[in-house]
Amino acid sequence: MIRRTLLAALATGAAMIAAPLAAQDTVDIVYIPKNTGNPYFDSLVAGFEDACAEIDCTFSQAAPATAEATSQIPFITAQTQRGVDVIAISPNSPDALNQVLDRARSRGILVLAVNGDLVGNEEHRDAGILPVDFTKTGPNQVELLGSMIDYEGEIAILSATTDAPDQNTWIAAMEDVLANDPKYADMTLVAKVYGDDEPQKSTTEAEALLQSYPDLRGIISPTTVGIAAAAQVIQSAGKADQVKLTGLGTPNQMRPFVKDGTVQAFQLWSPYNQGWLAAHFAVGVRNGDIEIAPGNTFEVANLGTVRIEDKNVINTQAELTTFDAENIDDFDF
Amino acid sequence: MRDFVRTLIHRREAGIFAMLLLITALVGTMEPRFLTLETARIVALAIPLILIAAMGQMMVLVARHVDLSIGSIMAFSSIIAGMMFRDLPDLPIMAGVVVAIALGTGLGLVNGLLVVIFKLPSIIVTLGTLSLYRGLVFLVSDARQVDPQFIPRSLISLSQTSPVFGIPWLVIIALAVAVATYLFLDHTRLGRQIYALGSNPVAAPLRGIKVVRVTLLVFALSGALSGLAGVLYASRFGYVNPGITGVGFEFTVIAAVVVGGVSINGGVGTVLGTVLGVLLLGLVSVALPVLGVSAFWQDVFNGAVIVLALLIDRTVRERSTRALAQARSSG
Amino acid sequence: MSDTTQARPEQKPALSSHEAAAPRPLWQVVLIRPEVMTLVLLFVAFGVATWLSPFFADTTFILESATFYVEFALIALVLTLIIISGEIDLSPAAMMAFSACVFAALFKAGVPIGVAMGASVATGALMGAFNGVLVLWFKLPSIIVTIGTLTLYRGLAQVLAGDRSISGFPSWFIGIDWKYWFGVPIPVVFFVLVAIVLGVFLALTVTGRQIYQIGTSPEAAWHAGIRVRRIKMSLFVLLGVTSSVAGMLTASRLASVRYDMATGGELQMVLMVMLGGTYIFGGRGSIAGTFLAAWLLIVIATGMNVANIPITSQLIVMGLLLIVSIVATNAIYARTQR
Repeated sequence: MIRRTLLAALATGAAMIAAPLAAQDTVDIVYIPKNTGNPYFDSLVAGFEDACAEIDCTFSQAAPATAEATSQIPFITAQTQRGVDVIAISPNSPDALNQVLDRARSRGILVLAVNGDLVGNEEHRDAGILPVDFTKTGPNQVELLGSMIDYEGEIAILSATTDAPDQNTWIAAMEDVLANDPKYADMTLVAKVYGDDEPQKSTTEAEALLQSYPDLRGIISPTTVGIAAAAQVIQSAGKADQVKLTGLGTPNQMRPFVKDGTVQAFQLWSPYNQGWLAAHFAVGVRNGDIEIAPGNTFEVANLGTVRIEDKNVINTQAELTTFDAENIDDFDF
Repeated sequence: MRDFVRTLIHRREAGIFAMLLLITALVGTMEPRFLTLETARIVALAIPLILIAAMGQMMVLVARHVDLSIGSIMAFSSIIAGMMFRDLPDLPIMAGVVVAIALGTGLGLVNGLLVVIFKLPSIIVTLGTLSLYRGLVFLVSDARQVDPQFIPRSLISLSQTSPVFGIPWLVIIALAVAVATYLFLDHTRLGRQIYALGSNPVAAPLRGIKVVRVTLLVFALSGALSGLAGVLYASRFGYVNPGITGVGFEFTVIAAVVVGGVSINGGVGTVLGTVLGVLLLGLVSVALPVLGVSAFWQDVFNGAVIVLALLIDRTVRERSTRALAQARSSG
Repeated sequence: MSDTTQARPEQKPALSSHEAAAPRPLWQVVLIRPEVMTLVLLFVAFGVATWLSPFFADTTFILESATFYVEFALIALVLTLIIISGEIDLSPAAMMAFSACVFAALFKAGVPIGVAMGASVATGALMGAFNGVLVLWFKLPSIIVTIGTLTLYRGLAQVLAGDRSISGFPSWFIGIDWKYWFGVPIPVVFFVLVAIVLGVFLALTVTGRQIYQIGTSPEAAWHAGIRVRRIKMSLFVLLGVTSSVAGMLTASRLASVRYDMATGGELQMVLMVMLGGTYIFGGRGSIAGTFLAAWLLIVIATGMNVANIPITSQLIVMGLLLIVSIVATNAIYARTQR
C-alpha cells in the first residue's frame, strides 16, 4: 500500500510537470476534509470522484489525522506549492486558515469551503458550498423532535465541541425558534451539553441528561458521534418510549437503532451531492462558464438549477432529508 | 515489619476510599438524584474498559516500565475484530474476542522485545509504537470505520444485559479480570517476581528472577488486556472508528493507575488501589456533568485530582519511609 | 654494559590493557554520536523528499513550512536542557495556550499590548515555577505531575477563553511568519539564534556542564556543591517563559488565539528531543541534536505532505523513525561507555 501510494505520488508529480506544458484543460482539484477515517467524508469524496470521472477534472484528497483547528495548515501550504487549480476544504477552524488561504488565492488557486464555512471570515474563500441551508437546519430539527413529542415537554441538546461554528449556528437558530415561535411554546430547552465528538464523553453527557432531568422528553444531537452515543444510552436504559431522540446522523450509523425503534427518525443531507456539485462548480468557474456573484444561477447534471446566495454561499439542497424506517435502506453511507 | 508497611499502604487505599465517599456525599447533597442505583450503573459502565487496561498497565508500571501504546493496541484489535464481524457475519463473538486478545498479546510482545533486545527505555519505545500501531490501524481498515450494523447484537448485549443484580456483563468481566490479576500478583511466584523486579531491577537476576521473561510477560499481558478492552469497546459504543477509538486512552488509564497508588518508580501498587483509582476518576467524570459543571471546568478538575493524588501519595510514602527507618533503627 | 641501542624491556609500557585504555581516536568522538546519525537521516530525508515530489526542493516553500513547526522546536530546545538534567515536562503546549489566552484576554480588555505581552510571559514563568515547585519541593515524579498540570493549564485556558477565538490584534503584531530577514522568515531566524545561544551555553559554560552532571547523578552533583535545585528550577521557569513566547508567535501566525492552541504538541516536542539523540534518563544530549532533529521532522512532514502521502503512512514512518533512532542512540552510547 505504501509503495502503491509512493508510485501514485510520483505519477501525480510527473503529471503536474506535464500539465502546464499542455493546455490547462483539466482542472486539478484537491479536497481537504476535517480528518481522516470519517465515514461522512468518504461519501463526499465519492461525489467528487464520480463527477471527475464524467467532466474534465482530476481529483485527489489530503487529510490530516486529527480535526484540531490548525491541523490543515501544512496541507494547504503543500497543495499550494503543488500548484493545484482548486482547493476544496472542510475547515476545522473559522479563522486560523485565513493567511494560508489568502496565500493560495494569490497564486490563482480557487478556494472553496465545502460542507462548512469560514464563519465570519468568508472573504478568505471564493465560495462556500454547503450541504443545506444552514439557517433552516436548526428549525428543521426542532420541528422533527416536536412532531415526535406532541410539541410539549423538556428537551435537551447534545452537541459536539463548544467551538464548532456549524454547531453553534444551528443551536442558535434552535434557541431562537424555541423562544419565538408559538408552535413550540410548550417545549422548554433545559440543557445544552457537549460531547466533544468523543464516544465516551458523549455517552457520559447523555447519561447525565437522563439522570438530571427525569422528565426529559426529547434530545436533539446534531452530530453523528453524539446521536450514536445517545442512541446507545437510550437503548440500554430502555427509555425509547419516554425520551425521543433525533439529530443529524448517517444512515449506516443509525440503521440498527431505527430498525429496533430506539430512534424514530433523524435527518441529514447528501454529502455525495455536495461533492458532485462542488466538482461541477469548480470546473465551471475555471472554464469561465460560471461567474461567482450572488444571484447567479448555473446548471448541474442530476441536480438541476443551482443558485448562488449571499456571501457566495451555495446550498446543495434546501431542506434536510429525513430518514426513518421506511427509507433508511435506500441509502449506503 | 512487612505487616507494618502493609498497614501503611492500606492507609493509602483508605485515603482514596475516603475521597470517593467524600465526593459522593458532596455531589449527593448538591444533587440528590446522584445517590441512586442508576448512578451506580452509569459509573459502573463508564469504567470497565479503563479497568481492564489499568490492570495491564499496573503490572507494567510495577515492573518499572510504562506502556504508552495501549490506546493504539486497543484500536488495532478492535478494528480487526470489527472487520471480522463485518466480513464474516456468522462468526461467533468468542472468535472475535480470541483474535483481539491474540493480536494485543502480539503487539505487546513487540513492545517487550524492543525493550529487552535493544535495552531501550520503554517510554520511548511505546511512544514510537503508539504512532506505529495507530498508522497500522488506518492501514488495515483503509481509514474506514466499522458501522454499528455490523457489530453483532450478542456483543452489544454484553453492555446492556445482566445476569444478576442489574450489573451488566461488561462490568462483571472487568471485575473478573481484576480478581484474576489480584490472584496472579499476590498468590503466584511469578506475580511476586514482578514486584521484585520493579523495586530493584539490578538485584533481580541475583535473586533468580529471569528478567527477560518477566519483562516480556508484563508487556504481553498489557497488550492482551488492551486487546480485550478493544473488542469490548465495540460492545460498549457499538462501532469502531480508526481515528477515534482509543485515542488518548493511555493517559486516562495511567492517570487512574497512578491515582490508585501505583508508583512510577516500580515495585509498589495494589489491585485494590488501582480499582479504587479507576473508580474515583470514573466517579468524577460522571459527577461533573450531573452537577452541570461547564465542560470548560472539567479538565481543570481532572488535572487537579491527579496532582492532589500524587501529593497525597508522596506524603504517605515519606511517612512510611520515615517509619521504616525508625522501625529499622529501633528494631 | 649491554648494547644501548637495544630496547630495554623495562621501557615498554608497563601498564596492562585493563588499567589504562587508549583514548578514543578523535574521529570517533566527532563522528560516532547520535547527532551525526540525525544529520545523516536529515540528508537522507531531504533526498527522499526531493525524489518523491518535484515541488519539494524549493527553499521558500521549505522555510515557509518550517514556520508551522518552529514554535514547538523552540520549546524543544529548552526541553532538551530539562531532559538532560534528568527531568521532563509534558505541559509546555498547554502553557503556550494558557499564556496566549491571558495575553489575548488582557488585550481585548483594553490593556496596552506591551503590558499584555509582559503579563503573558509572567504567566509562563509562574506556570513553569509551579511545575518546578511540585517536582523539586514536593518531590513528585515530573512525568506524571506534568501530565496533571498540562490538564490543569489546558482547563484554565478553556475557562478563560471559552469557546471563542480571540482576534483583532494590530497589524504590526500579526503575520510574523511573513516577515523576513534576508529571505528567511523571522520565527526561523529566532529559532536559529536561540539554538546558537543555548548551544553555546550548554557546551561552553560552567552551568551548562553542571546540567550534564546533575543529569548523570543528582546526588554526586549535590555533593560536589552544585546547586541542583536552583538550576533545575531555573530550567522549569525558562521553559515556561519560552512557552509563552512560543504562544505569542503562534498567535501572530494565526492572527487569533483559542484555548485549544497547540493541542498534541507535547508529543511532537518530545519526539524532536528524542530524535536528536538526547538520553531520556538524563546526562547526555545536545542542542545541536535537537536542532537537527527539528529540521528532520520539518523535512519529513513537509516532504510527505507535498507528495500527497496519506497521513496513515506518515504515522507509520514517524513511529518507525523514533524506534530506529533510539535503537541507534542507545547502541552508540553503549559502545562509548567505558
